Amino acid sequence: MRPELQFFPPAASTLANDVDLLFWFFVVVCGFFGLLVFGLLALFSARYRAKAQRYDPNHAQPLWLEIGWALPPLAVVAVLFVWGAKVYVEAYTPPSEALEIFVTGKQWMWKIQHPNGKKEINALHVPLGRAVKLTMTSEDVIHSFYVPAFRLKRDVLPGKYTSMWFEATQTGDYHLFCAEYCGTDHSRMIGRVTVMSQADYEAWLGGGEQLLSLEERGQRLFNQRACVTCHNGLPEASGPDLVGLFGSERRLSNGETVTADVDYLRESILYPTKKIAVGYAPVMPTFAGQLSEEQITALIEYMRTLKAPEAEGATP
Amino acid sequence: MHAADAQLDHHFDDIHQQREAAGLGMWLFLAQEVMFFGGLFGAYTIYRLLDYAAFQEASHHLDVTIGAVNTAVLIGSSLTMALAVRAGQLGNNRGVSIFVLLTMLLGAVFLGVKGIEYSDKWHHGLIPGLHFTAETVAGRGVELFFVFYFVMTGMHALHMVIGVGLMLWVLRMAAQKRFTPERHAWVENLGLYWHFVDIVWIFLFPLLYLIGRH
Amino acid sequence: MIEANPASNYLGAAHGLRSWLLTRDHKRIGVLYLLGVTFFFFIGGAFAVLMRFELATPEADLVASDTYNRLFSMHGIVMTFLFLVPSIPASLGNFLLPLMLGARDLAFPKLNLLSWYVFMVGGLFTVAAAAFGGVDTGWTFYTPYSSTYANSNVMLAAVGVFITGFSSILTGVNFIVTIHKMRAPGLTWFRLPLFVWAHYATSLIMVLGTPVLAITLLLVAVERLLGVGIFDPSLGGDPILFQHLFWFYSHPAVYIMVLPGMGVISEIITCFARKPIFGYKFIAFSSMAIAVLGFLVWGHHMFVSGQSVYAGVAFSMLTMAVSVPSAIKVFNWLATMFRGSIVFDSPMIYALGFIGLFTIGGLTGVFLGTLGLDLHVHDTYFVVAHFHFIMVGATVMAYLAAIHFWWPKIFGRTFPENWAKFAALMVFAGFILAFFPQFVLGYLGMPRRYHIYPDEFQMLNVLSSAGASILGVGYLIPMVYLLGSLRIGKKAAANPWGAKGLEWKTTSPPPVENFETPPTVEGDVYEYKNPHVVRPPEVTLARG
Repeated sequence: MRPELQFFPPAASTLANDVDLLFWFFVVVCGFFGLLVFGLLALFSARYRAKAQRYDPNHAQPLWLEIGWALPPLAVVAVLFVWGAKVYVEAYTPPSEALEIFVTGKQWMWKIQHPNGKKEINALHVPLGRAVKLTMTSEDVIHSFYVPAFRLKRDVLPGKYTSMWFEATQTGDYHLFCAEYCGTDHSRMIGRVTVMSQADYEAWLGGGEQLLSLEERGQRLFNQRACVTCHNGLPEASGPDLVGLFGSERRLSNGETVTADVDYLRESILYPTKKIAVGYAPVMPTFAGQLSEEQITALIEYMRTLKAPEAEGATP
Repeated sequence: MHAADAQLDHHFDDIHQQREAAGLGMWLFLAQEVMFFGGLFGAYTIYRLLDYAAFQEASHHLDVTIGAVNTAVLIGSSLTMALAVRAGQLGNNRGVSIFVLLTMLLGAVFLGVKGIEYSDKWHHGLIPGLHFTAETVAGRGVELFFVFYFVMTGMHALHMVIGVGLMLWVLRMAAQKRFTPERHAWVENLGLYWHFVDIVWIFLFPLLYLIGRH
Repeated sequence: MIEANPASNYLGAAHGLRSWLLTRDHKRIGVLYLLGVTFFFFIGGAFAVLMRFELATPEADLVASDTYNRLFSMHGIVMTFLFLVPSIPASLGNFLLPLMLGARDLAFPKLNLLSWYVFMVGGLFTVAAAAFGGVDTGWTFYTPYSSTYANSNVMLAAVGVFITGFSSILTGVNFIVTIHKMRAPGLTWFRLPLFVWAHYATSLIMVLGTPVLAITLLLVAVERLLGVGIFDPSLGGDPILFQHLFWFYSHPAVYIMVLPGMGVISEIITCFARKPIFGYKFIAFSSMAIAVLGFLVWGHHMFVSGQSVYAGVAFSMLTMAVSVPSAIKVFNWLATMFRGSIVFDSPMIYALGFIGLFTIGGLTGVFLGTLGLDLHVHDTYFVVAHFHFIMVGATVMAYLAAIHFWWPKIFGRTFPENWAKFAALMVFAGFILAFFPQFVLGYLGMPRRYHIYPDEFQMLNVLSSAGASILGVGYLIPMVYLLGSLRIGKKAAANPWGAKGLEWKTTSPPPVENFETPPTVEGDVYEYKNPHVVRPPEVTLARG
């Protein structure tokens, strides 16, 4: 990146255009109110200097005026609120067909895992014009994944997944910052996001040594850690069958129902007794402290791909 | 000029204003206490919702009988405290002394029983951070429950210790025959404080010992 | 005008350090607080100066990252808890409330002195935390960093903040009781000065908010001491819960910091416009509205924290609602100036500066309260600039305005007006230069709490550092002439500004008992008249 004086950041995602439009609308509206206040301050200061003018100070204080000047700000903030909320909800609601990339924050680096198993550190390569969903977690303290050119950030929490998505619109290199203070080298927990054309991205993804994909790594772990002993799908198994489990509704022994999403699966691996599926005993040992975040990600990715054959056929 | 003037602080107009000020001040202080314990109760409730199984398991480690006995002791102390306040309002200094002493005694019994409970928790390895060795089914949530158990009952006990300390002061005032039908704000406010501490326990007992039991 | 008799005023009534340290006179305690908070202001300022020097270049050349992290943490902790929260209420509020109410003292004078000692002990702990190597968690003490990972003096600093919290609770209780129970005869609620209304609202927040911070810090301390999981997820806790509890206090605390300043400005604008305040009840109620709404918006600090999207939407809506009472105040101040007879004495210059900077700070607050924009500018310099406009631009401006306005009353001396006006303009200009570039930096994407930064951000950072230097000098000038005035300043009249309000009806400085004879109130508080208006002869209808 060329060091040069900047006054406005590059805009490289669909969201960036939405946010910028909202921003400029704000600048106009708030600029109007700001200039109004400053203008009146100046005008009154000049016009009503002592001795310059003579007025009786006890003029009327009409109620309509109080209400009248409270309404425009109220109307304006109502519009801004609705507009802002729309942009926000969209940014944090990834489309289902998005390309999913896993991000792990750790003091003080970003670790990225692509679905095909490719790993990066402090760098993220993404294709142009395709929705990309980041599923993020932290190994230690809270971080925040921030790409100014995408106008997007979200905190990266330990013990939990957060997600956000974007669609890049400009190829190039952009800043990646950690935006939540995380200790000594917080300001060095930075990286680069590279937006590439679809073809370049495919080439980049396939380049280098061929690693096991996330799914394959997950499958290997599944066998190594003997998960398969209990989660084998047999009728007498002491653990639930995992085929088709991802994304389904799970009934729990305490009567609640939860969706088997990434957070639920993560929690069930680390703290298996917290939520017990109906009909099973709390016999699974904890894997807290035994699996790295990346290994958990791989396991979840593997479970996601476990679909019943007929279900696969049924989906168009 | 009447007799109460000697007890009027220089910045108040009359004893009535002074008494009202002291009362309002005490209520505001209690509002502050409500927020203090409210924060704790809120945090406890949220964790309870997040890890119901563990909190349920953990509450089975508590002895309901001891808790119930202690609740009765504390309610009894509220009664004696109320009687002390009544004695103060009548200017009966001897009565104040007797009932405050009784309240202190009951308070001490409560704290003693609490101490027994705490040492029992130590023997069972239920002290988070220092000595947590109990076998748990539901995992770390059990320990988290005990963190809250100790912080909440500990803060409550601390408030009781402060209350008993203030009672010593009131005893001294009663010995000096300082309470009159006009002036008894000290014992009245002490009463408010003690009832508040009592009410905190009335919430703590079911929250920690009872709900989630079967 | 009543001439002050040196022996009978509160300053001359007793001498020696002991007479100050054991005083129960609210005026002396106010002066003790004034010394205390000003001392901490300059300590916090020193940290800021070092930070701005470091940030003049993109690389780490003055201090190491660990040191830089300690600098901004200590700056934030000292400025927030030891300066901004107690600044106007504990010093000027303490001094003025009984005077404005026509009372002889606050309701609980001993408690008042105790709260000063508690404050100083808390301050001492915090300064000790700095002296023994500092604390590097930021003033927000976010978990699990503060509870598990930081290896700095978190405990000392947290204990310090915990203790000072009790001082503000005690002050709040004292103020509320005094306002309720100790008003002079005839001083009804709607005759109260708006300064008093603002302090009433502030005190409510102090009493109801501070204990939640206390319990939160206590839990952090327990987690840190025993290594148990309360907020650390690897031990079973939830770090987001900490943020909820922390901001439940710390967002209302923002209003503890700014409401008293608004009260000050209401007093000054009406006095120097020589006109009754416009919309008295609206200003009074907007203070209360801000205090109440302030408790419902804490989640706007957590839009990107991973709380649910729905919570974000709800908190954003409530946040927008807070902007309306603030706008009402600004419009009422402007309407007060309309057709006034404005005198531009130094307190008025500071007050006008307040309105300008508060307007910018408030409007940019709406930017941040808007979810779609917060996605981008949250935790960037945009936030830093915004809250400095409110906390420093507005609150410190109001603090200086108040000190200038009531200085003759407090110390019975006048100060050189020209120097005061010059300093006010310098502070304003320095402030704009220091913090306006940070809005641009924030939108460019420079995250806050960054020790080193990409080269393209340098020019704006240099501008900001330059402005900070001007601002620093601007703050030092009043120190010089105000302290000098104590020795060489002319004796002040009882009411040098021609202001209304009971505090001006007694001598400067006031006697120990505040008033020679207990005052009674008959009219509204702001019965200002334009001295230049020529009233037409009154037309009386002949009767009969």
